[in-house]
Amino acid sequence: MADYKNEFGVFAERPKVEKKIFDRNKVIAGLVIFLVMVTIPLWQNLGKTVAAPTPNLDTPVIQKLAEKDKKCVMPKEWMRANHMQLLVDWRDNVVRTKEQQVTTSRGRNFVASDKKQYLASLTNTCMECHSNKAQFCDQCHNYVAVAPNCWGCHLETGKKLAEAK
Amino acid sequence: MGMDRREFIRIAGLSTLLGLGGKGAFELLAPGRVEAEIIPAPRSMKAKRWALVINQKKLDDATAQKCAAACHRVHNVPDFINPPDDKLKLNPGVANRYEIKWLWTAHFHNAFPGDAPPHLAEKVEHMSFLVLCNHCANPPCVRVCPTKATFQREDGIVMMDMHRCIGCRFCMAGCPYGSRSFNWMDPRPYVKEQYPGYPTREIGVVEKCTFCDERLAQGLQPACVEASRGAMVFGDLEDEKSQVREYLRKYFTIRRKAHLGTNPQVYYIV
Amino acid sequence: MLEKALVGTKRYYGLLAILAGLFALGFLFYLKQLNVGLGITGMGRDVSWGLYISQFTYLVGVAASAVMVVLPYYLHNYKAFGRVTILGEFLAVAAVSMCVTFVLVDMGRPDRVFNVFKYPTPGSVMFWDIIVLNGYLVLNILIGWNVLECERHSIAPPKWVKFLSYVSIPWAVSIHTVTAFLYAGLPGRGYWLTAILAPRFLSSAFAAGPALLILLCLLVRKYSKFDPGKEQIQTLAKIVTYATLINVFFFFCEVFTVFYSQLPDHMAHFQYLFVGLDGKGQLVPLMWFSIVGMTLAALFLVNPKLRKNESTLAALCGLVIITTWLDKGLGLMTGGFVPNPMEQVVEYWPTMPEAIISLGVWAMGFLILTILYKIAVSIKEEIKS
Repeated sequence: MADYKNEFGVFAERPKVEKKIFDRNKVIAGLVIFLVMVTIPLWQNLGKTVAAPTPNLDTPVIQKLAEKDKKCVMPKEWMRANHMQLLVDWRDNVVRTKEQQVTTSRGRNFVASDKKQYLASLTNTCMECHSNKAQFCDQCHNYVAVAPNCWGCHLETGKKLAEAK
Repeated sequence: MGMDRREFIRIAGLSTLLGLGGKGAFELLAPGRVEAEIIPAPRSMKAKRWALVINQKKLDDATAQKCAAACHRVHNVPDFINPPDDKLKLNPGVANRYEIKWLWTAHFHNAFPGDAPPHLAEKVEHMSFLVLCNHCANPPCVRVCPTKATFQREDGIVMMDMHRCIGCRFCMAGCPYGSRSFNWMDPRPYVKEQYPGYPTREIGVVEKCTFCDERLAQGLQPACVEASRGAMVFGDLEDEKSQVREYLRKYFTIRRKAHLGTNPQVYYIV
Repeated sequence: MLEKALVGTKRYYGLLAILAGLFALGFLFYLKQLNVGLGITGMGRDVSWGLYISQFTYLVGVAASAVMVVLPYYLHNYKAFGRVTILGEFLAVAAVSMCVTFVLVDMGRPDRVFNVFKYPTPGSVMFWDIIVLNGYLVLNILIGWNVLECERHSIAPPKWVKFLSYVSIPWAVSIHTVTAFLYAGLPGRGYWLTAILAPRFLSSAFAAGPALLILLCLLVRKYSKFDPGKEQIQTLAKIVTYATLINVFFFFCEVFTVFYSQLPDHMAHFQYLFVGLDGKGQLVPLMWFSIVGMTLAALFLVNPKLRKNESTLAALCGLVIITTWLDKGLGLMTGGFVPNPMEQVVEYWPTMPEAIISLGVWAMGFLILTILYKIAVSIKEEIKS
């Protein structure tokens, strides 16, 4: 006769366990409440349409530029996908080099593909052209529900650094 | 950006196998890194070890205050004692607690505690000593920081990365000079006039003097040195021909709490 | 085993409700702190660590003291402590949970907490403290839970649990040593710059922790059918006695070195705490109460009559807890920062929101403790019947 062993001892045969869910109604009610709770964002936004963002390039500084200079530090499509990485890179190069390999003089100038140099600065380079933060930055960020905290510290003013000196 | 799921899993798995936790994995997985061509500006100033000599004999109180004001202006340092708007006025005890100081003045017995003889020269007794981060060659703040948010550059500047600081304030306990300040409150409303060349700060991070690293990168002297009308000299300690070395050869200088072994790089001529 | 935490008397649920309420209140104030900044506390540029970090330090001690029941049981085969090891281990779990939470509420940027792991910095003591604390938490949960489960089914615990128990002994010592090293290696802070800081931390921990455990044992006996045992409580009482004596001794060692050497940087802090400096000394009465009370408690505890009487023992344990708390949970932090590095006296006193947040964290810890003790005690009752 095959003995059945478990941590409580040795038994002649495997104990029969009834196959049923205890407190069936409570369990199901709990599951339903859980499902509703986790899907609340879906229900809330059901039927709502959110207009796609239309970033605006119409700022005084950009208008003043000659037609051939009307371009960003990197191609538009690339910037759309990677601007956050570019900014992190600028930041790490200005404050610290990427791998703690601290050089004696930190890089400040970004060399674009056409060899033109730009000051690596959110406030004094990016925001100088794109002085319309609400139309240019916030619109998209809100649309995709991200909240970068760059402007907690970095100023939005497009005022020229030279003017302040 | 071009990384599919298979690639991600492969790199994640490999880096786990190789025991590359933490930074290694983050680096391998960081997509679309721009191998940015970022170069120093042509005029940027370089040194093996930056040092500052303050000639207290030439520094009257008014100039000292001007130096501090210049520093605080170009770094958007908030003023909790005299806020720009009367509505923001705090009671003095609270304002003192929140105060942020990069460069400020102190009496001899506060700047050099324990070093004052019983009958200190009258002139020195009333002198305003400019005190700031000493950019120690052996900085305790860097030793204690758990994230390398404060670190030492090769040119000796003890730098502060406010993007990385977690606000644990271990460095404030570590600094034997009281040169570090913490943002107990949102500083922005207390910044008199926003200077676009430098960011403000958010709540919860530590800040201090950085020897104007942003100005050195543009070939400019630190703001305080510029405002000091010759009472401050900034330069390379390792360069025999620098003005700093010339002063150190010519004059007897003292440093704050040098006996602690921090090797401070701010020298005082008294 | 968790099911044991779900059924209980009205009194049990009442206690849980009160603790949860206090925790929620603390949490509300914490949300305010997140929003407004740490400026709502009494801390400032001169006293930059306050109640949060001192509570953390005190509770690391309470957590480490679990070793005082684990060590005799596992290393010296002192069977009697088999009944109380679980209480010690679960107390450690609750205490470490509070420690971690106190560190978190003290952080200026809790949103960046993972930077500690993203940029690991082995040169920083804080890095090691985070590792040993979390390791100790996991160790105690694993050991406590498995030993209790095995006890319930009357089988011997698996070998790996026993192995972990041995590991937990030096680990417990390490958590408080590393915590002391946070302070003891800072060149400009004379009050902390002493090799005896870690030993002082351990002695006060081994006084306060077991004292708290005695009070908890008495409560468990009063409110449940499980009796941790007279002998057990008496052995713990002896541990409290000697640890308190050693703690007082260490304190006087420190006082001797500081005042016989007459080093001003080291004396100033003691002067501020015990006689006041520059006319400021709001902690003076509390510090005297702490050291006199601690000394008296130690002397009374040496007396077998007072120690063996459980009512006087309880009172003396209470005194040990309060006096060590004043010394470590209040004086240690403020004393280290006053006078500041420029020899100015800026005093510190926690604000109301700060106190409520701290209370909330304590409530969270006691909530964890209540649930864990409820499970442990229910299992012990079950075995008995």
